[in-house]
Amino acid sequence: MLTLLFDGVAYGMLLFVLAVGLAVTLGLMNFINLAHGAFAMAGGYVTVLLMNRLGVPFLVCLPIAFLATALLGAVLERTLYRPMYARPHLDQVLFSIGLVFMAVTGVDYVVGSMQQNIHLPDWLQGRLPIEAVGIGKYRLFIIVTCAVLTIALQWILSRTRFGSRLRASVDDPRVAGGLGLDVNRIFLATFAVGSGLAGLGGALGAEVLGLDPTFPLKFMIYFLIVVSVGGTTTITGPLLAALLLGIADVAGKYYVPKLGAFIVYTVMIVILLWRPQGLFGRVAAR
Amino acid sequence: MSATSDAAAAAVAAPTARASAPAALALARAARWRWWEIALFAALPLSWLLLPGQSLLLNEIAIVALFAVSLDLILGYAGIVSLGHAAFFGFGAYSAALFAKDVMPDPLVGLAVAIAASALLGLASSVLILRGSDLTRLMVTLGVASILYELANQLDWLTGGADGLQGVVMGPLTVPGTSLPGFAFDLSGRTAYAYSLVVLAVILVLARRLVHSPFGVSLQALRDNRLRTASIGISTSLRLVVVYTIAAAIAGAAGALLAQTTGFASLDVFDFHRSAEVMLVLVVGGTGYLYGGIFGAIVFKLLHDLIAAWTPQYWNFWLGLFLVVLVLVGRDRFVRPWTWFGSGRATR
Repeated sequence: MLTLLFDGVAYGMLLFVLAVGLAVTLGLMNFINLAHGAFAMAGGYVTVLLMNRLGVPFLVCLPIAFLATALLGAVLERTLYRPMYARPHLDQVLFSIGLVFMAVTGVDYVVGSMQQNIHLPDWLQGRLPIEAVGIGKYRLFIIVTCAVLTIALQWILSRTRFGSRLRASVDDPRVAGGLGLDVNRIFLATFAVGSGLAGLGGALGAEVLGLDPTFPLKFMIYFLIVVSVGGTTTITGPLLAALLLGIADVAGKYYVPKLGAFIVYTVMIVILLWRPQGLFGRVAAR
Repeated sequence: MSATSDAAAAAVAAPTARASAPAALALARAARWRWWEIALFAALPLSWLLLPGQSLLLNEIAIVALFAVSLDLILGYAGIVSLGHAAFFGFGAYSAALFAKDVMPDPLVGLAVAIAASALLGLASSVLILRGSDLTRLMVTLGVASILYELANQLDWLTGGADGLQGVVMGPLTVPGTSLPGFAFDLSGRTAYAYSLVVLAVILVLARRLVHSPFGVSLQALRDNRLRTASIGISTSLRLVVVYTIAAAIAGAAGALLAQTTGFASLDVFDFHRSAEVMLVLVVGGTGYLYGGIFGAIVFKLLHDLIAAWTPQYWNFWLGLFLVVLVLVGRDRFVRPWTWFGSGRATR
């Protein structure tokens, strides 16, 4: 029971790190980006290829995955995404679906369609010897890493100058621009960090979630659930939603495997009917 | 476009059923049959006569076209972005297949049953799309399709699970009210294509009548500005429920045609891929004038055949690239190649 809860928390934390970038683009910039999972997949594949082909240690791979995906995100933001911000939602949906299809087949073509495995270092395998509660070392590692990231993010958003600039740009881009903030550059940096976090999440989650070319499609709905249920005005909303989703999904698959993802979807629809702006969101001013 | 906005203004000026004379005239003018519409309807039976060897492909095109027409009703006319329209397509397909397998094999009765079932599902799920933003609607429609996918996957005693529903044998297509022997569905797809064509044409005429009615014009009004439409006394929720139900019924008809003419229904009909594809088909053909789905389906299927013959496994890549380029160029400019070059932002 406690093990289940623990696994659920680990899964939820992982989902949060994967989806937090989406919460920023979707919630703050009001851009429907269905291709977010593609960045996570990119991070996962960078890690897998580095480790299995070049023998780079796992801990070195994680920052590389972050940087590589952030760079990819920055380039794509500058070239493709920026003209899309002002477009209608239908255009954004079509555009990002197109990106997903390209990413899925592209990876299939380059790497192949089989599931990729990560060989974790020995010190991350196995379970901690605590009686009654089986705690997987790797799960613990995920939780600690993600918790540190969450606290750092929260600190950046609420305490630093960049955080207040970002919040100002989001609240009203025109006024922020008028005050001399370079809104485009702030969005670029934010998008890059969000993609980087997705890539890091993908690298961390390759062992837990499984990694194959259909990753962006398989987890797209999960990311969207985290963001839409959690609401997009705070960072704690998506965090709680991700934890809830993680625990519900793990417990659901354990107790009623027949129903599987069915429960998750139903709960999502009920919650969105009840509070269309998300569980923890305030009603948007716009 | 100016004709429709005139008509919209006229309908707005007279929201009651007894429209005043200028409004009625404007509506009648917009509803006139154009020469190209007549040509299009004439081309449907001609395609059956002139291309006998291509019936299987043409049948697929007709089904995709019908599916896209149903999406046009809610996306092009009512402005609802749905990522789960395959829910109704799949529901119609499974209803028709199950009905043929377990109750009776008559295709026309099966089609009616499938349409009724999808309409009921559409009615039930239409309450879900009334609230919230575009994102909420995307999520809810996607969620409904995913739930149905899971259901079809798990209820394997009923639907055959991941293997699909096999062993569906369709009876011959009989003319109602007569005792003629009827036409059997054959391997060449001649009967199937004729059947799909007739259903497509009938539904097109009905949908055409619908979108040119005051109801259809009020849909466009609420697509353009829902708040304003509501404030002049038009019940937007009721209209959305009605159009969503109708679109679901038509999508169900398309699904039923697929299941009946192929004798098979699989999980694929609920797949996300299908919802995305039909959206692409519609967008390629153009939204909001009812025939976009047909032109889009023709272009899409022919392209699919061409590219899939060249690189079957990676066809999706080109589909994705096409989508990205389409949106980057601009949907409205894409169908007007003469605006591609020159002063750049001529139409925006």
